Amino acid sequence: MSVMVRSKINGDDIEFVCQPDETLLDALRDRAGLTGVKEGCGTGDCGACSIMLDGALVCSCLVLGAEAEGRSIETVEGMANGDQLHPLQQQFLQHAALQCGICTPGFLIAAKALLDKNPDPSEEQVRYALAGNLCRCTGYDKIVRAVLAAAKQMRKA
Amino acid sequence: MGKDTAFKEREFSAVGTRPLRPDGIDKVTGRARYGADFNMPGQLHGCILRSPHAHASIKNIDTSKAEKLKGVKAVVTRKDFKAKDVDPSLLTVLDNCMAGKTAFYDGHAVAAVAAIDARTAKKALQLIKVEYKVLKHVTDVDEAVKPKAPLINKKCFTKGVDPVPAKASNIAAVSEFGHGDVEQGFSEADIIIERNYKTGQAHQGYIEPHACVASYSPDGSADMWVCTQGHFDFRAQCAGILGMDASKLRVTSSEIGGGFGGKTHLWIEPVTLALSRKANRPVKLVMTRDEVFRASGPASATSIDIKMGVTKDGTITAAHAELRYASGAYEGGWAKLGAMTAFACYDLKNVKTIGYEVLVNRPKTAAYRAPSAPMAAFAVESMMDELAEQVGIKPIDFRLKHVAKEGTRSSYGPVYGPIGIGPTLEAAKNHPHMKAKLKANQSRGMACGFWFNFGGQSCSDLNIEPDGSATITVGTIDVGGARASLALVVAEELGIPYQQVKAVIADTGSLGHNDMTHGSRGTFASSLSAIDSCRQAIQELCKRAAILWDIDPEDIAWEKGEAHAIGKSKGNLPPLSLVNLAQSAEKTGGPISGHSQIVADGAGVSFATHICDVEVDQETGQTKIARYTVIQDAGKAVHPTYVEGQFQGGAAQGIGWALNEEYIYGEDGRLQNPGFLDYRIPVCSDLPMIDTQILEIPNPNHPYGVRGVGETSIVPPLAAVGNAVSAAIGVRMTQVPMSPPRILAALDAAESQ
Amino acid sequence: MTKVASRVIHLWGGLRPAVNGAESVEVCASTIRELMRVLAKQYPALQPFIEEGIAVSVDGTIYRDDWSQKLPDDAEVYLLPRIEGG
Repeated sequence: MSVMVRSKINGDDIEFVCQPDETLLDALRDRAGLTGVKEGCGTGDCGACSIMLDGALVCSCLVLGAEAEGRSIETVEGMANGDQLHPLQQQFLQHAALQCGICTPGFLIAAKALLDKNPDPSEEQVRYALAGNLCRCTGYDKIVRAVLAAAKQMRKA
Repeated sequence: MGKDTAFKEREFSAVGTRPLRPDGIDKVTGRARYGADFNMPGQLHGCILRSPHAHASIKNIDTSKAEKLKGVKAVVTRKDFKAKDVDPSLLTVLDNCMAGKTAFYDGHAVAAVAAIDARTAKKALQLIKVEYKVLKHVTDVDEAVKPKAPLINKKCFTKGVDPVPAKASNIAAVSEFGHGDVEQGFSEADIIIERNYKTGQAHQGYIEPHACVASYSPDGSADMWVCTQGHFDFRAQCAGILGMDASKLRVTSSEIGGGFGGKTHLWIEPVTLALSRKANRPVKLVMTRDEVFRASGPASATSIDIKMGVTKDGTITAAHAELRYASGAYEGGWAKLGAMTAFACYDLKNVKTIGYEVLVNRPKTAAYRAPSAPMAAFAVESMMDELAEQVGIKPIDFRLKHVAKEGTRSSYGPVYGPIGIGPTLEAAKNHPHMKAKLKANQSRGMACGFWFNFGGQSCSDLNIEPDGSATITVGTIDVGGARASLALVVAEELGIPYQQVKAVIADTGSLGHNDMTHGSRGTFASSLSAIDSCRQAIQELCKRAAILWDIDPEDIAWEKGEAHAIGKSKGNLPPLSLVNLAQSAEKTGGPISGHSQIVADGAGVSFATHICDVEVDQETGQTKIARYTVIQDAGKAVHPTYVEGQFQGGAAQGIGWALNEEYIYGEDGRLQNPGFLDYRIPVCSDLPMIDTQILEIPNPNHPYGVRGVGETSIVPPLAAVGNAVSAAIGVRMTQVPMSPPRILAALDAAESQ
Repeated sequence: MTKVASRVIHLWGGLRPAVNGAESVEVCASTIRELMRVLAKQYPALQPFIEEGIAVSVDGTIYRDDWSQKLPDDAEVYLLPRIEGG
């Protein structure tokens, strides 16, 4: 038996139908067409599927699609404001904080979750806040620099 | 043939700058399409059933119940790959993708299903009944070479020994390298140290699991969308396995979410194609992370015996290594690579290395970034530190004393041309990191590394667009910024701004064969081909200008993106820009383009030196990397930021290998940690910033001096970290990963002595 | 036709059983293509290795595919396995 789910995704009212045992990750990708949300492990270990659910950072592979009923979701697709990239997106580009880019959507969401709470994090705070997101290409150096630079840019704005 | 690829000193305008990458916006907004992001109308969901046994005969597979399940459109086993169709050279590739009579490892594919959705496909897998006869297994490389070890392949008679042995064994092949007389060398030594080193089996750990969509048409042609490091090779091999003409299969590469060598081999692709052929529908198959660990290809687990002799004054008289590399159940060439690279950094009078390719009941070993070199370097570079200590010379000076240079006979055979190991060591010696004072609880280690670098077949098109911009189309996969580098090279060659160049990766139907992105060849080979295409296009542009001006093409020079008339009486003609020439193309002979097809050889070998500071918690055995520096020769850094990224990424992977990562097998021969929770790769909070220093010693075989940069950075870290940890705890660590339990055990053992 | 002088070709260990254990062989060849042709003719046991893939080092620069590469008279020529990268 499928379930009908009504939620707010990136500010829009979206309805989708999914199986009761289907993950929110699969529902977002396969039902709502938001393939910017990536699956790296399916067990909550890699953070590639990170989204904001009612303002909380979660791995969407650990949430059921049906649990999104009546709730608000933010994904990487909603980060930019029209043609204006979010400062994190700008700084990731500027600092070459991505190589293959598969982990990037998850990192951007996790970094945004951090900066929403802490606009002036230390390097160590950035590193611990992003410890749930795996990147195999960069060694994290340029990612951390990009997040610190974005924080600075956002504080100035 | 006859292309001028010789290095020429020049002032660069675009190459060496750091612009934004052209594919960046798609990747930070979630628009970029990776392997699992493609979908086809009417697409089915594919799933693979895998062996739960480390070693078992497959007596029977009953798929009847699965086939009858509503929604199941195809079930495939080995029977669906007709022996007469399969290219004999690809039989072992097929056997690994779909088992025949024997399941050789936990996770080996035995059947596959395509159904209308994931639920149905998974249900169908449970309905397939496989009758196994469990056989004795062996997963450890040292156990596998013992005479009484369970035999994995009854037809495995060791190659490379004379005479060929009469008895089958798990040693598939032996290879030998070196020169001089090691016995004589050891007799001249004052100190001889012998030691065994072991390295765990590490996985490339790319975050994107293997994924592909295959669509086989009733007319015998097919399309495939796949994340791969080489779509032309995937086409050739898939066609060779399914008995198709390669031209009938068109492969389009998706964006690739990491590969590091692991996506140079086939795993699920022929199976997906076979499912589509049988179901007459497009099929999408995506591996789970569990499948990636159990059934794609990690690097070899190794056991390496090193023996080295040195005189009291610190001269190495002989070096000997026996290297056993596990290759899974199929013969590989991995020990051979270890044997070739082990001592490549040094100038040695007497050196001998012997590589043993060992079969074990583990997944088929695949290439992993500078394949086989990190393990050999761990053994040799650990030993170099120990010898240096014995003779009372600083590790860096001991290495400098024996460093290979132009004219040195390499341990793998040939004499070196100009090489960069000496300069990386000198740079390390003078680096602020090397001179920095250590804190009370810190120790420092260093190590060197070598990798070959490749070139290979490359093909490209350069099209001048109607608006005067340029599009470079290549067929070598961009794994991490190559499009930015290629656009820079084209901008440099044509003399136009970077923003006016677009770099595109073509599918297999749109361009001639391109080798896969491996061996650090991407930027080296593609840029050689792109430069060639640009030069062809410039010739054509000059010809067009000559037509417009009605003068001789020889009287035209191409400078800064414009055609200039040169010579007497023509100097006053205003130059013609790319836009002028593009807009008048219709009247001067049609579209303007350049094309190149080359074999890009002469990539030039690559060296690196790394420095590492650690803090080891002697209570818990936990190691923290306090500071890390990578120094490597890039030839010429086309986009320095992405070169730094390669250095940092390789170092991080090597640090993970050194400290945490390894396949852990149970008594039952099953993999116990097939997930990122238990196979722990470094996370952000595990690492410090990774400092880089790019050296530019031009490669004589590239017009800009470019060498490959992608792989060498993973070679030194195992030993650099190992040497630092050994110094910290006062015990020589001979096994990686140096996980907390191993460090505590080493401390306990030292204490009880 | 110009006469090509005989030259020494060094072999990695794996090839030596195919040439009666010799560490090097003498052949007349001025390009890699010619070298492969002559080797296969003089030492038929090398044929399977050539088919599997041999790389040629010319004065330390390794050629895996470019068989049109010339072999300068005084160049050191060393045969190596044709290997894979990551």
